[in-house]
Amino acid sequence: MADDRDRDGTEIAVAEFHKKIKEAFEVFDHESNNTVDVREVGTIIRSLGCCPSEGELHDLIAEVEEEEPTGYIRFEKFLPVMTEVLLERRYRPIPEDILLRAFEVLDPAKRGFLSKDELIKYMTEEGEPFSQEEMEEMLSAAIDPESNSVLYKDYITMMVIDEN
Amino acid sequence: MNSPNLEDMGCGTSSATKDKKSEKALKAALVIQNWYRGYRARLKTRQRYALTIFQSIEYADEQGQLQLSNFFSFMLENYTHVQEKEPGLVTRLFGSSIQDKDRQDYLELIEIPDSYCGPRLQFPLTFTDIDLLIEAFKQQQILHAYYVLEVLFETKKVLQQMPNFTHTNTSPSKEITICDRGKNSMEILMILFVSFLVYPNDLHLNRGNHEDFMMNMRYGFTKEILHKYKLHGKKILQILEEVYTWLPIGTIIDNEVLVIHGGISESTDLNLLHRIERNKMRSVLMPPIPMDGDRAEKKNKLGTTTVAQGIRTSGSFSEQLTKQEWEQVIDILWSDPRGKRGCYPNTNRGGGCYFGPDITSKILNKYQLKILVRSHECKPEGYEICHDGKVITVFSASNYYEEGSNRGAYIRMSSGTTPRFFQYQITKATCLRPLYQRVNAIESSAIRMLKERMISRKTDLIRAFQLQDRNKSGKLSMGQWAFSMENVLGLNLPWRSLSSHLVTTDKDGNIDYMSGFQDVHIQKPVKEVQSTLIETVYRYRSDLQIIFNIIDSDHSGLISMEEFRSMWKLFKSHYSVHIDDSQFDELAERMDLNKDGSIDFNEFLKAFYVVHKFDQLTKSDTKLA
Repeated sequence: MADDRDRDGTEIAVAEFHKKIKEAFEVFDHESNNTVDVREVGTIIRSLGCCPSEGELHDLIAEVEEEEPTGYIRFEKFLPVMTEVLLERRYRPIPEDILLRAFEVLDPAKRGFLSKDELIKYMTEEGEPFSQEEMEEMLSAAIDPESNSVLYKDYITMMVIDEN
Repeated sequence: MNSPNLEDMGCGTSSATKDKKSEKALKAALVIQNWYRGYRARLKTRQRYALTIFQSIEYADEQGQLQLSNFFSFMLENYTHVQEKEPGLVTRLFGSSIQDKDRQDYLELIEIPDSYCGPRLQFPLTFTDIDLLIEAFKQQQILHAYYVLEVLFETKKVLQQMPNFTHTNTSPSKEITICDRGKNSMEILMILFVSFLVYPNDLHLNRGNHEDFMMNMRYGFTKEILHKYKLHGKKILQILEEVYTWLPIGTIIDNEVLVIHGGISESTDLNLLHRIERNKMRSVLMPPIPMDGDRAEKKNKLGTTTVAQGIRTSGSFSEQLTKQEWEQVIDILWSDPRGKRGCYPNTNRGGGCYFGPDITSKILNKYQLKILVRSHECKPEGYEICHDGKVITVFSASNYYEEGSNRGAYIRMSSGTTPRFFQYQITKATCLRPLYQRVNAIESSAIRMLKERMISRKTDLIRAFQLQDRNKSGKLSMGQWAFSMENVLGLNLPWRSLSSHLVTTDKDGNIDYMSGFQDVHIQKPVKEVQSTLIETVYRYRSDLQIIFNIIDSDHSGLISMEEFRSMWKLFKSHYSVHIDDSQFDELAERMDLNKDGSIDFNEFLKAFYVVHKFDQLTKSDTKLA
């Protein structure tokens, strides 16, 4: 029966997701007591291949937090929520070409680069602004030292290779 | 769907209104930020994974060290048989070191040649000597053995006057494992000891678990010393071993802060620890030997029971700590704090325990103390506070496992105020490198180590895989593969996430398990010998290193073929290694290159190393730069 097979397929998928989530969680469970610091939850979710925005992340954390927030997230609460996210394929990552187009939008004159100041302005003033640490880190890899600008096409290619 | 659709933005249309333009810019910024945060998170995760790998392997090694100490106990039990064949062997292992020439006699025999252009120390030492040393070491100079020995003799003399716990009032007190990794451990040690001799009331050194001659053998300090000091290395090692035993166990600051290396257990008794003769603890990994005629059962921390059978040892009762005292010291040097309440065996390290916040409260209250400061665990940020602020871990060696692996930190305490932490990370190179390059470097280093582990257990792994591979397809599901890896290697790691680095996966998500052994192999020093033997020697090479070093009591680097064979037989039976004796003989014969009946064991062990297929291809770690 197609239904039965579907159900089996989903069960297997769920079991595998559970294991994956458990692994990702455990790496940040420094005390080995099935809890992680709430500040690391974003990293864990993203390490599982999801790309929620900061706002979406905020909502997710609210779902997994205790009634009275303790600063720690328990695995028992995290697991079902995260499983749903994976099953529904929510917060899919940005494809490379969309990312490229985003840079191009910020470079209407089509110079092929963004100046350091321009990047800083957009990243720290628009959207969900970067913290200083995030901005510094991005600059350290993105800036081409010779031109002191961001050659975004090369930058994207480099990051994609690094991830694969 | 959360990714903004750029298609309806009409990229690049210059006739857009100001509002539409800024809306486009906003959406574009969101896309880039979102992507970057995801990317950054994955980088941090990879960094964490690498650290987890390093840590798991380190602790597994420490467990292996304990197995070795069981081996020595085992050897003792079979003493009578060994005694027949190898009379000197066990006495050398467990006998007390020969009382040889005292300090003056020995130093007088050493001549410093005129050609020596390294640092020259003036006794009594002053702060100028500290500066002198630091400058000299920056220039890669080596301190002459004469001065090394003088410093060690002097340090031992001063330490002997000190109680087990030094009491002091607020001054910066650092808790550290002095040295056991890196190539300049000797230099660091000298700076520390010289500083200590200049400021004995202000600088407090406590013993850590690596201040131990057996640990030094495993982790390379012994080798460093013998290499740098070919003539006087043995003497240096001997005195150093004694200095270690005289290092105090801990420091108590302002009667409030307890500084020790590892941690505590529920039975920690500071009064007992104040009283013991700490210098009787030669190595934390050589437990006290039951006495003559004693049929007492002895349980070590891992719960294995060994029964003593009327063993006569050359050492007398007064030369050892009691079992209880020994365990108390082990707890201090090896325990780790954890979130879970209670006290239970530290299975990661194989010694000491894990202690919870309730234990901390109980012990601190019992002795009217407020804070426990300790080291022993590498923390990514250099320090960590737990147990409600009562336990502080300070780890001062940055880049402990690898360049970029972690920051170091130190702590400044003044009475009445909260402690302040100072973090740093050394090496000029890493300061300038972007995050992804540093992560790449430590990740590839960690994966290399992991692959070497895999290859050293290849036979066992393949057997485990094949047991699950009913159809003999050469493939396993992710779950099956992860299960075997964890079981055989004994490492609790995120195998699913790491699989992409270790094996190839097909489109159905199944793993080709033999692919894990493709790019690495153990160099075969002798072609005709079977792979399983090569693998076994490679796997136990650290243990064998230690055993050889102990047998070779005069540090000549050589042991006789007879000693080699009889040691191997014992080793084989204790570790349940199934290798044909003739195979081993064959190997030994071929390694005795000059055919004089003795084996240079350093050469022997060096010949077993892992070759990574892609080493020749990659010029640098940062190929992707």
